[in-house]
Amino acid sequence: MKTTTQTMNRVKTLKIDDRDVSGSEHQTILDVARENDIFIPTLCHIDGLSDIGACRLCVVEIKGSGKLVPACATEIQEGMEVFTQTEALAKYRKLILEMLFTEGNHICSVCVSNGHCELQYLAARLGVDHVHLPYLHQQRTVDASHERFIVDHNRCILCTRCVRVCDEIEGAHTWDVTGRGTKARVITDLNQPWGTSETCTGCSKCVHICPTGALVEKGKSVAEMSKRREFLPYLTSMREKNNG
Amino acid sequence: MAEKVKLATVWLDGCSGCHMSFLDIDELLLELAPRIELVYSPLVDNKVFPETVDVTLVEGAVSSEEDLEKIRHIRAHTRLLVSLGDCAVTGNVSSMRNSFGAKAVMEHAYIETANIHNEMPTQVIPPLLKRVRPVHEVIAVDVYVPGCPPSAKTIGYVVTELLDGRLPDLTTLSRFGA
Repeated sequence: MKTTTQTMNRVKTLKIDDRDVSGSEHQTILDVARENDIFIPTLCHIDGLSDIGACRLCVVEIKGSGKLVPACATEIQEGMEVFTQTEALAKYRKLILEMLFTEGNHICSVCVSNGHCELQYLAARLGVDHVHLPYLHQQRTVDASHERFIVDHNRCILCTRCVRVCDEIEGAHTWDVTGRGTKARVITDLNQPWGTSETCTGCSKCVHICPTGALVEKGKSVAEMSKRREFLPYLTSMREKNNG
Repeated sequence: MAEKVKLATVWLDGCSGCHMSFLDIDELLLELAPRIELVYSPLVDNKVFPETVDVTLVEGAVSSEEDLEKIRHIRAHTRLLVSLGDCAVTGNVSSMRNSFGAKAVMEHAYIETANIHNEMPTQVIPPLLKRVRPVHEVIAVDVYVPGCPPSAKTIGYVVTELLDGRLPDLTTLSRFGA
């Protein structure tokens, strides 16, 4: 039973940014930080899906360790001292965002997700007012073969939220990733046009969980694609209750 | 009365929206007018960039050889240079041709879709650079003001701060695409 498991979980105490905080033993640093209103930026993480630590925006420093660790995929430990806002971290996080901007073709002003985009929001919040790396200007494709949705690879940051929500929540596993490095991209079924996918149920979970304008509904103009994310925590908590 | 600040504005590869947004500061223009001298701008008739300018606001990306030559000259004669708007800061819409290349774009405009004189221009039109580049890729930039266009409020704040001798903090006032 859920309640029993919870009582069996040990409480661990630690410090985040010199504040004394506590959590139960299997919680991540990110969970505990958020419970205590400590802001750690994330892009690939979303509550309700498994964590893969891919975007590295949530990296934090831990006293006594020379490595940076992703807060979303690192469990808390007794006596841990975590730092989330050092100068070095601010620099790395900005660099990560800048690399995302150079790898894709993100033209915010003409994007359907302008004003609703997590990449754009984080750039402003973390103080990225220009990108000092050269833009790659890769030629990327747009697939509008699906009846209701579009995938624009120019705006994809490969967070794989779509892959995970389709696999873990919808159970269809339509999405996957192909290629490596700057050639990596998300695909549907066996690397075929989305409209010909036999597994896609058309549920639109991937569209609404996508942090940028990479997955969008058809018929939206600039800045019109606001997304509805409420379904995910709701679905996960209902399932936990039913499986409890 | 203190000496007026010499202000210039330049229009490279952009849509003039940033200049429109600048004019949109409305009555603030009246407050700024006694404090600045607009020495060079698409809004005034001076054809030659002056020897020394205190502040230059740059709209637009660097797209042609003319843009490149112009902005290098301007940098050499400006104390504080501001990248104004997304085209100057990121390349924005102007840079969308970069994935296809200048040649493909020129051929599309002057040959494939032309009704008469299907040929490449050889005069008047300045040769395009291979890639459209944000301003800071070719010269040093002192202040970045993202936005498409930055709002009148943002531009008013930036100019007022600079006139008061402070560097503006734009973290909450503007973002890419705003």
